Amino acid sequence: MAPRIEVLNDGGFRSDGRRQYELREITIDLTQQGAADGAATITHGLTKVMVSVFGPREAKLRSQTIHDRANINVEVTIAAFSTGERRKRNRGDKRILELAATIKSTFEPVIQTSLYPRSQIDIFVQVLEQDGGLLQACINGATLALSNAGIPMLDFVCAVTGGVQLTSPMLDLTLLEENDMPHVTVAILPKTSKATLVTMETRLHVERFEEILRLAGEAGNILHRVFKGALRNRTTRLVASMDSGTRVAGEDDAMES
Amino acid sequence: MVEITIRKRPRTESVVTQRKFYKKTARGKVIKVLRERYLRDDIGCGIQGCGDCENSTSDPLPFTGDTQHNAYPDGHYILPDTNVFLHQMDLMESSLFRPPIVLLQTVMEEVRHRSIPLYNRLKALIRMDEKRIWVFYNEFRSETAIIAEEDESPNDRNDRGIRRAAQWYNEHIKLNRNVVRGQAKPKLPVVVLMTEDAANRNKADESGIPVTSIRNYISMFPENTAAQLLDSLSTAEETTLEPKLSGDGRQALYPEYYPESTLQAGLTTGNLYKGHFNASSYNYLQGTVSVHDLPKPVLLIGRENINRAVHGDQVVIEIFDEDKWGVEGDEVVDQEATLKNDDAADSDEEEENDEIIRKEAHAARVGEAAASKKQAQPTGRVVGIVKRNWRPIVCHVDATALPSASVPGSNSAKSLSIQTLLAHPTSTLLPRIRIRTRQGPSLVNKKILVAIDAWHTTSRYPDGHFVRVLGDIGGEDAEREGLMLEFGISYGAFGSAILGCLPPEGDQWIVAPKSDDGMWKGREDLRDLTICSIDPPNCQDIDDALHARPLPNGNIEAGVHIADVSNFVHADTPMDTEAAARGTTVYLVDKRIDMLPALLGTNLCSLRPNVERLAFSAIWELTPEAKIVNVRFTKSVIRSKAAFTYEEAQIRKDDPTLQDPLTTAIRLLNTLAQKLKAARMAAGALNLASPEVKIHLDSAESSDPIDVEQKELRETNSLVEEFMLLANISVARKIFEAFPATAVLRRHLPPPQTNFDKLKDILKKRKGMSLDVSSSGALANSLDKCVDANEPAFNTLVRIMATRCMLPAEYFGSGSVGRDTFGHYGLASDIYTHFTSPIRRYADVLAHRQLAAAIGYSPLHASLHSKANVERILEVVNRRHRMAQMAGRASVEYYVGLALKGRNERQGQGQTVTEEAFVIRTFRNGLGVFVSKLGIEGLVMFKRDLTEFDADNYCVTIPGSSAAVSGDKDVLISVFDKVVVNIEVETDKNTQKGKVKMTLVHPIDSRAL
Repeated sequence: MAPRIEVLNDGGFRSDGRRQYELREITIDLTQQGAADGAATITHGLTKVMVSVFGPREAKLRSQTIHDRANINVEVTIAAFSTGERRKRNRGDKRILELAATIKSTFEPVIQTSLYPRSQIDIFVQVLEQDGGLLQACINGATLALSNAGIPMLDFVCAVTGGVQLTSPMLDLTLLEENDMPHVTVAILPKTSKATLVTMETRLHVERFEEILRLAGEAGNILHRVFKGALRNRTTRLVASMDSGTRVAGEDDAMES
Repeated sequence: MVEITIRKRPRTESVVTQRKFYKKTARGKVIKVLRERYLRDDIGCGIQGCGDCENSTSDPLPFTGDTQHNAYPDGHYILPDTNVFLHQMDLMESSLFRPPIVLLQTVMEEVRHRSIPLYNRLKALIRMDEKRIWVFYNEFRSETAIIAEEDESPNDRNDRGIRRAAQWYNEHIKLNRNVVRGQAKPKLPVVVLMTEDAANRNKADESGIPVTSIRNYISMFPENTAAQLLDSLSTAEETTLEPKLSGDGRQALYPEYYPESTLQAGLTTGNLYKGHFNASSYNYLQGTVSVHDLPKPVLLIGRENINRAVHGDQVVIEIFDEDKWGVEGDEVVDQEATLKNDDAADSDEEEENDEIIRKEAHAARVGEAAASKKQAQPTGRVVGIVKRNWRPIVCHVDATALPSASVPGSNSAKSLSIQTLLAHPTSTLLPRIRIRTRQGPSLVNKKILVAIDAWHTTSRYPDGHFVRVLGDIGGEDAEREGLMLEFGISYGAFGSAILGCLPPEGDQWIVAPKSDDGMWKGREDLRDLTICSIDPPNCQDIDDALHARPLPNGNIEAGVHIADVSNFVHADTPMDTEAAARGTTVYLVDKRIDMLPALLGTNLCSLRPNVERLAFSAIWELTPEAKIVNVRFTKSVIRSKAAFTYEEAQIRKDDPTLQDPLTTAIRLLNTLAQKLKAARMAAGALNLASPEVKIHLDSAESSDPIDVEQKELRETNSLVEEFMLLANISVARKIFEAFPATAVLRRHLPPPQTNFDKLKDILKKRKGMSLDVSSSGALANSLDKCVDANEPAFNTLVRIMATRCMLPAEYFGSGSVGRDTFGHYGLASDIYTHFTSPIRRYADVLAHRQLAAAIGYSPLHASLHSKANVERILEVVNRRHRMAQMAGRASVEYYVGLALKGRNERQGQGQTVTEEAFVIRTFRNGLGVFVSKLGIEGLVMFKRDLTEFDADNYCVTIPGSSAAVSGDKDVLISVFDKVVVNIEVETDKNTQKGKVKMTLVHPIDSRAL
């Protein structure tokens, strides 16, 4: 029995009208969110993640302080309404903990934690909508929120999911595609072209893996450009409003890249 | 370097670009699904020279469209809707139908949703070189994408989408053909929407879209093609749209099928059963359905119980109460004879013919009457069809069915009036098919291809349509093509894309010098070994060669070298895809239909003597007792020293004066093979027999068969076979070890004990012998004991009959079934695969790839890592394999018929061929006989009333009073008796179909009966 949808049809189109190497639409909103030191809402197509960053600040628990660097604390909550089927996930859910741990280990080598000994940086990730590429959205959102909060990092972290249908690689998978083929999530540091995260839960052939890794790296560079543009745009507007001395009421600089 | 971009999907358009729907899961939960889509402007219209679209294709639609059609002199393209493809695929595939076609994504997806086989045909159609088809992805183009409106059914939405696309195309063409001042206004081709749905046509008319129905469109074709194409139209569509044909006032001949929901419920509760319908070749009113859960197949007796099922359909059946159970009818009922006078036009009115009713009722009754006497078999009736097995069927037309005015040759034959005819399938398993045609007279004496469209409850026969003429009846080309079509063998020439995968050097290709790293990488140089091949005479595709030599330690090194096909056929190339689809090379008596292009099969991969060739070698170290010490596999380069036939090798081996290295190697191999065989037999391998005959052809050109003889088996046949088995088993172990989830293996399941019941019973009653079927070893032993001292051929006959009780062997992926079911029953091996004939079997190519990966020669292609993928490929290969076997047998049968005819003619008038035969089955009115010398089965018919039939003891008594019996004694004929039959080929006067007819000569002359 053939699958109900064709992931990649003969004309080279994917089920949502994209071609193999086309990423979904990205929107970035860097608006201030309450008391957070930095915040970002990012969407990749129909996946939407809101990230707020607090810190560096004093750790709530003494036991969590590290004497020579800051501790990174990642907490992920997945909204019950984020998937088609309403499903509540508890904080202790294994998948959520794993997601948080992955994000943490991705950022540990990138954030210059040694500048803030004995302090803590909190990254709160809220998943609002899910349609594939959840990890990639979380990481990208966290990068933007961290830089929005002014936390020094060595580089941006740009994450992309790549998959392969028999022999054709494709980028930025939707949920439908993720269910149907092996995929990897790759996070790279664009300046040095180093990968800070490569993870997959499915089996992938070695030869295909190389190809996907390379492609995801290139896609990371594209994302880098978009992130930089969004941050520059946001900063320019902040600076402009400071210069004019007026507060920008009801500021809404959601940026559509 | 590929270009990576980010697609935009403006929020303002989200009405069009987002789709929200609810779906119910299998567990009954309702979930909400949100999908997005990205609309684009870079989807081309596919028309050559279009200024707006970038059509980066080598095969665009012509600029002017098609200008041949009478209704559209300015040129046109057609844009068919889904139903056109669903119902009229034959028309679209016809080589006469070739206007440029715009195929919409909406249509493709709908076809895919409705029928996967049709979708595959559609895809093949797109690839065909002679068709001009452009696939337009209308759902992704911003101007033509639509969304479902409120209260709009998916069908209506799709229809609207198709109309929108047609409209867009016409506007698009207008926009791009500007009037240049001073020049004549350019002709604007139109895009014509083709649909059978009248409501859709009306709506299209309102919006000014050119629209046509298929019938109208075709009738405006130039005169001569119109008639032929009109015949190719399916009737299924018409009747649904013109309900006057069915229903009103006509009496239903068959019960309606149960509704889908009842079937589903019945299957889950176990009240109904699912299985494949097998028609009986002896009695057209009878068939069986093998149901998985039941030990015995279920009998379906009578027309109403078979209820429109056609051989091969997957059906749902209901089983009757036990008091209605019966046994298989013991009479031969021939459709041709019984229904001779049933005219197609008459049956249109379905005026029940009394005689037919009487005959059919009788045929059905026979089964029930005997029920009390013997162990009854469950009976039942068809209540639903899961999947039809309707493929094009080779038929011929009965000349007498035509009105006398239109006999061939007379002038009125040219008149193109519509006639209703019954097409007679060549296979006796299929019902006759009613077709409507305008070319009736010209179809007489032709083999034609007919497709079934529908079978209504009110119609005795299925309705079908004419597809095309294959050729004259009796013409060898037509017979061969008919045969290949019947078994679904694709016999077309290889396309250019496939030939493009061959090495560019063509037949100049040679193994590169050893300094070449590319070709020699990882290969062993075995050119100096004394390797030879042993094959049947005239073998062109030599895919195996052997060697053996003594080692200093007293052991023997033996090697099997197989053509390295995987060096040429790489995964995921057009050639690979084609080979996978063909599955196997098909051997017909007069033709070989290759799986791989001939350049590879008969040249580059063929291990010809004294030429360097690439090989994949399995090399064992064996003790002189033929125990394996170790085995290794390697890619190699070999140079075979000689190519022997079995006979040559045998003569060489037996000639004591020859002491050259080749001969000693053959002797060494032979001694090993004998020990291997003995070991195999001791382990319980079966020595099976199948009737194999060889056809002598006159010469290559005329291919007239001269004579038939039984194949002779020599020691050297067994030599080659033993080493091939050894190689296959060793390879199977290796690849299973390396790829436990996806190794391509072959197994032969042990047959259910009940399969042997009948044979056991006959043997016991007629010969007082018994069969022990508890294991393959026990069966082998008891088969050895079934010997009749007076009758050497008897043992072979029993073996043939035992073989028929067994299940067929099959390929499978090792991850798909339990480890304990891997065994090969016939070979008594716990694991087996096919490795030794990659030129002619696709499974071997896969095994080669896996073995190459297992020894670290090359990485395994991704597709062979996927369990689902391997399963899918092997399913096709299994089916192809089965079909190829049946086609081969049918071809032999056909040629045996021809040979008999030739023999009869040579012997002159009045003299006919007589042969000895064994009775293998008895009927109330006839005998089933097997002529071992010719390898054919036949039927001897009696007039019913004269005989006494004892079903329990499998015998027929012809009373002494009968005219046929010389003397007064009764003559008793039973199963396993040896009789003499007279064989002649008679041609049916009406259908021109050649038929082998047998009559008894000894012990009685049945011609007088």
